[in-house]
Amino acid sequence: MDNRHNDRLTIEGGVRAAIPHDSARKHVSGEATYTDDIPVPDGTLYAAIGISTHAHARITSLDLVPVASAPGVVAVLTAADVPGHNDVGPILQDETIFADGVVEYAGQSIFAVAARTIEQARRAARRAIVEYERREPVLTIDAALAAERFVLPSRTIRRGNPQASLAAAPHRLRGTLEMGGQDHFYLEGQVALAIPQEDGDMMIYSSTQHPTDVQRQVGRVLGLRVNAVTVEVRRMGGGFGGKESQAALFASVAALLANVTGRPVSLCLDRDDDMIMTGKRHEFHITYDVGFDDDGLIRGIELVMASRCGMSADLSGPVNDRAMFHADNAYYLENVSITSHRLKTNTVSNTAFRGFGGPQGMMGIEWVIDEIARHLGKDPLEVRKRNLYGDTERNVTPYEMTIEDNILHQLIEDLERSSDYQARRAAIHEFNATSPVLKRGIALTPVKFGISFTATHLNQAGALLHVFTDGSVHLNHAGTEMGQGVMTNVAQIVAEELQLDIDRIKITATNTGKVPNTSASAASATTDMNGAAAADAARTIKRRLIDVAVERFRVEPSQVAFRRNEVVIGDRVMPFEELVSLAHAARVQLSATGFYRTPKIHYDAERLRGRPFYYFAYGAAVSEVVIDTLTGEYMFPRVDILHDAGNPINAAIALGQVEGGFIQGMGWLTTEELYWDEEGRLMTHAPSTYKIPACGDTPPDFRVTLLESGQNREDVVYRSKAVGEPPLMLAISTFHAIKDAVASVGDYRLSPRLSAPATPERVLLAVEELRARLAARLVQLQPIEVH
Amino acid sequence: MAQTVRFILGDEIRELTDIDPTMTVLTYLRTVERRTGTKEGCAEGDCGACTVVLGIPDGDRVRYRAVDSCILFVATLDGKQLITVEDLRDRDGSLHPVQQAMVDCHGSQCGFCTPGFVMSLFALYHCELEPSDRRISDVLAGNLCRCTGYRPIIEAARRMYANGNGDRFTAVESAVIEQLRSIQRADTLTLMHGGRTYYAPVSLSTLASLVERHPDARLLSGGTDLGLLVTKQHEDLDTLIYLGDVRELQTVCADGDQIEIGAAATFTDAFDAVADHYPDFGELLRRFGSVQVRNTGTLAGNIATASPIGDSLPALMALDARLVLRRGGTTREVGLDEFFVGYRRTAMQPGEFIERIRIPIHTRRRFAAYKISKRFDQDIASVCAAYSLALDGSTVRDIRIAYGGMAPTPRRARLCEQALAGCPWNEATVEQASHALDRDFAPITDLRASSAYRSLVARNLLRKFQLETTHGAVETRIVVYAEHCHG
Ligand SMILES: Cc1cc2nc3c(=O)[nH]c(=O)nc-3n(C[C@H](O)[C@H](O)[C@H](O)COP(=O)(O)OP(=O)(O)OC[C@H]3O[C@@H](n4cnc5c(N)ncnc54)[C@H](O)[C@@H]3O)c2cc1C
Ligand code: FES
Ligand code: FES
Repeated sequence: MDNRHNDRLTIEGGVRAAIPHDSARKHVSGEATYTDDIPVPDGTLYAAIGISTHAHARITSLDLVPVASAPGVVAVLTAADVPGHNDVGPILQDETIFADGVVEYAGQSIFAVAARTIEQARRAARRAIVEYERREPVLTIDAALAAERFVLPSRTIRRGNPQASLAAAPHRLRGTLEMGGQDHFYLEGQVALAIPQEDGDMMIYSSTQHPTDVQRQVGRVLGLRVNAVTVEVRRMGGGFGGKESQAALFASVAALLANVTGRPVSLCLDRDDDMIMTGKRHEFHITYDVGFDDDGLIRGIELVMASRCGMSADLSGPVNDRAMFHADNAYYLENVSITSHRLKTNTVSNTAFRGFGGPQGMMGIEWVIDEIARHLGKDPLEVRKRNLYGDTERNVTPYEMTIEDNILHQLIEDLERSSDYQARRAAIHEFNATSPVLKRGIALTPVKFGISFTATHLNQAGALLHVFTDGSVHLNHAGTEMGQGVMTNVAQIVAEELQLDIDRIKITATNTGKVPNTSASAASATTDMNGAAAADAARTIKRRLIDVAVERFRVEPSQVAFRRNEVVIGDRVMPFEELVSLAHAARVQLSATGFYRTPKIHYDAERLRGRPFYYFAYGAAVSEVVIDTLTGEYMFPRVDILHDAGNPINAAIALGQVEGGFIQGMGWLTTEELYWDEEGRLMTHAPSTYKIPACGDTPPDFRVTLLESGQNREDVVYRSKAVGEPPLMLAISTFHAIKDAVASVGDYRLSPRLSAPATPERVLLAVEELRARLAARLVQLQPIEVH
Repeated sequence: MAQTVRFILGDEIRELTDIDPTMTVLTYLRTVERRTGTKEGCAEGDCGACTVVLGIPDGDRVRYRAVDSCILFVATLDGKQLITVEDLRDRDGSLHPVQQAMVDCHGSQCGFCTPGFVMSLFALYHCELEPSDRRISDVLAGNLCRCTGYRPIIEAARRMYANGNGDRFTAVESAVIEQLRSIQRADTLTLMHGGRTYYAPVSLSTLASLVERHPDARLLSGGTDLGLLVTKQHEDLDTLIYLGDVRELQTVCADGDQIEIGAAATFTDAFDAVADHYPDFGELLRRFGSVQVRNTGTLAGNIATASPIGDSLPALMALDARLVLRRGGTTREVGLDEFFVGYRRTAMQPGEFIERIRIPIHTRRRFAAYKISKRFDQDIASVCAAYSLALDGSTVRDIRIAYGGMAPTPRRARLCEQALAGCPWNEATVEQASHALDRDFAPITDLRASSAYRSLVARNLLRKFQLETTHGAVETRIVVYAEHCHG
């Protein structure tokens, strides 16, 4: 995929080279070091956390004597032992490290224990005697809505006159779509290692997407200034948003125990505790009232999104904002109101997850469009196209951002053709007419996803570059590696800038002492921003080197050129390291910082208006499914994807993001079901009960293409496009393909009632419900039809 | 009496004396050996991040089998070779063909699952040439990856054979066999550590007398259920008797009218014999756990655990399988029907154990089995069903119907069976009889499925069986459909 000639002058691993992930060889040989693999100093203690078994209760007594006296135990801590603030909320201060009197979800941290072995710590934690006075828990969206319990105020975006347009529209439909949450299921669980330093300082190794957040939080709980805490992470075994705010609690507990014992403390959650204690993707109910014409064009729409945020705000504010910003997905909604309720429930506080609210927002509108099509007896694709944003008109979002880079018309057309959508749809209808048990379905859905943090101030990044006298380069930046390949991408950018083979660029662990005050690796923009910051640093160095050459060899700056591991200066060519040595001898600084702030964006957080996104990423997918109408089982024989990754830095890495994101999204909408019992205890807290896609779920015919003509119209580093999150939402096509297959049971005359995740159970019950409706001849009486 | 666990790690012999026999191999590797390449993702056998390969002597060959080290007790390594991801590179540092293929195909992103995949593929590399795509996905069903979506890993599995034939393990196989022979033992391994006792007898008679002498001991076979008590429940298992080294119990044989499976035969060992005679039972076993689970887990363990959702149990019941139970020198045979007496309670007496399982080979009956689960591969069933039908012309002579997931024990559907006996085998009678299932069972709602869904599926599966036995041309199975797609 490296489309340049590998001649003598072309560097190894420059921009556009589809080289393997920088750690690939270490991954396959087991040499890649994750946080729990770091050799620990002698005397290291191991920690475990004691958690609440009630969703809502007052702790009437807490007897920790049996814990403290258990074999191997060195320290036990509760809320009373926190020297600083007993809080880990990333935005609001509404979430404790250790519950103080009241517990608000089953799984909430109450105390922590450090022991000589991990087994001793875990066993000891189970020995606490906690007495609770149960309070009524509020667990569901409906219950929280009824009780009007919110973590944050509700918000509305309105444009035009939705009510009048609804009333005037020829057709009108109302309904609700329910969708479940999702556990991140990063393969490496939450883990932190805290090592006390002199002066009471703390060194933290944490599996975190947001070292700066961990650094600040640890400082706050220990009552230390930020400069007393250093956080480092070389790589995570997956993050997906689950280590953006969630890592702070575990790092804080390790730090507290290390602080009180004076010994290093390792805290490594086992899978069950990880799943019980950490936030997930928000569950949503989206209620809609839509008016449209005979062609399916939406005239007016009111959307109400209710999300289960859990017991605290965490990142629910921006997550729900983003859901609102994606309630339009790819469609122009002229008269629209979007209301968002952020509900407080006695469940774990939900958090960031790849897509950050976007997937839920998009699911709502994709469902509505599908409903419109089924109501009118049209192919949903036709109605989708009918409602797409225009290129030059009908191109302003409900939050008043003008879309300048829309490529969806062409992209959808290309995919429709390359996937043979129309012919396959016809063949599927034919198959279904004669197949009594197995039924097939197909759906094409688009994605338009906004890139940038919605909070403008987070759109900044930094880098630090050292060049050594042998011409080797030390690269550091704010991005964290969670598998998305940011380290590789950024190293390729630096290699390209300096025209050095990539093996000269040393990738180093993200460390708060090197690049400070960083934003999380999130919002898909990690390469965009850190790549640009690193390029900035590299250009500074280059400028200085050029100055040295100009001065020394009396040439014009334009006569100095960098080419593979060499510098051409006038008619002289010298190895890169030689010029570096000359610079060193001339006392020129060979270290530089780089910085980047995303241009153009601005956003009024109060009014939810402005340009929150620098640009949009686009893609579309066609999924085909076959379902068993006797059992509800299904599989996806073929999926076609066309995705715009701009002009990618590394096409292999971009492709991996598209494929992996899609399968993860498919899991969210199909088999990944979170199940709580009536007391609010999560029952699906391990892979034995929580089913992420397995190898056999990958479509046997999986055709993923990156848009060849991809170009970012904005001046993003090397014209690439963010590709971390957007592909997840391509999987909305899987859900709608299932819905299409179910619809065939009623000969496409009725629209199925399906909610996500579409487990085999939900699919079969949807089939049965449809059959029952058909049998009862409710065809003319569709209850959701108003007119 | 042997008191040392001896095994080969990579190519060195390790001898462990003072060790907790229930320490998991994963903990051993990460803390004692400081080999941190092997990862923990779940500690319950479901994610495969901890996959290692065992080399087991088999004549003059080494059999390589992938297993989950997180639920494998270190004592059971005795007499085997343990291979971890750190062992794969060549002496000169070059990558193993499997590793190279993973790099070339961009098979790792975060890399945390990767060592496990590499080890599963390594075992495949040694056991099979050019596996089909379907087989590749079976082999990898026990390895979860959250990043890649699997496509590049499947690609690597196809491509790994292209990187040359054989590896350094092939080259030293005979030397390893010699080494392995040198650590085989002829007597019982006995380990005592911190109040815990572990016995690994090699003969049936010693096993029988140990079980009789220690009626409170836990029997350990594959440990795929028992291992979880240690890693998840933090239970202390005081006395353990390991069955896996008893040769007489490892046999699987099929004669004219029955298949006999020794209690220590793994699912992998038993697969062919069962699948040859009962393809649908084979299909159940193909989807039973994962390769790693089937490489250690046993049918006897599945039966003795007596879970209401044990996958093999409805099939065994429908086929009228029988168990040989042994206590000391005496044996008795009981039908599976009588074996389960309550929720996770069996008819086994103290001091008694399952010696072998006998499955009759029926030639004139139609047999089918179905497993319904949320995820197709590597999942626990919400409902399992098995039917064995004898027809007189088109009339039901008798039918045996058994379900799992519908009651506190796997159970026959007697009322439904009675409703069908003597009736014409057609859609109408089956439809009618299927409602008897609602009287046979009152299933529960839990995280796997609702009671309504279980009841509905139970009825529908019977209808599906009827359809399949009468309208062979109708496509009724997603798996079969999927098979076409794999091409
Ligand atoms: C990841 C994973 C996936 C799984 N998937 C499935 C699945 O798909 N379907 C399914 O049904 N099960 C599944 N299981 C459960 C388990 O693998 C099976 O029940 C297996 O058959 C147990 O066999 P074992 O040899 O490992 O038993 P062990 O764990 O060794 O023993 C299980 C129990 O049986 C007793 N026992 C063992 N052998 C004897 C004997 N000969 N006589 C008397 N008592 C004995 C033991 O004392 C213990 O109580 C899964 C387990 C895991 C970890
Ligand atoms: S750690 Fe998940 S299978 Fe062993
Ligand atoms: S590469 Fe991250 S889990 Fe597989």
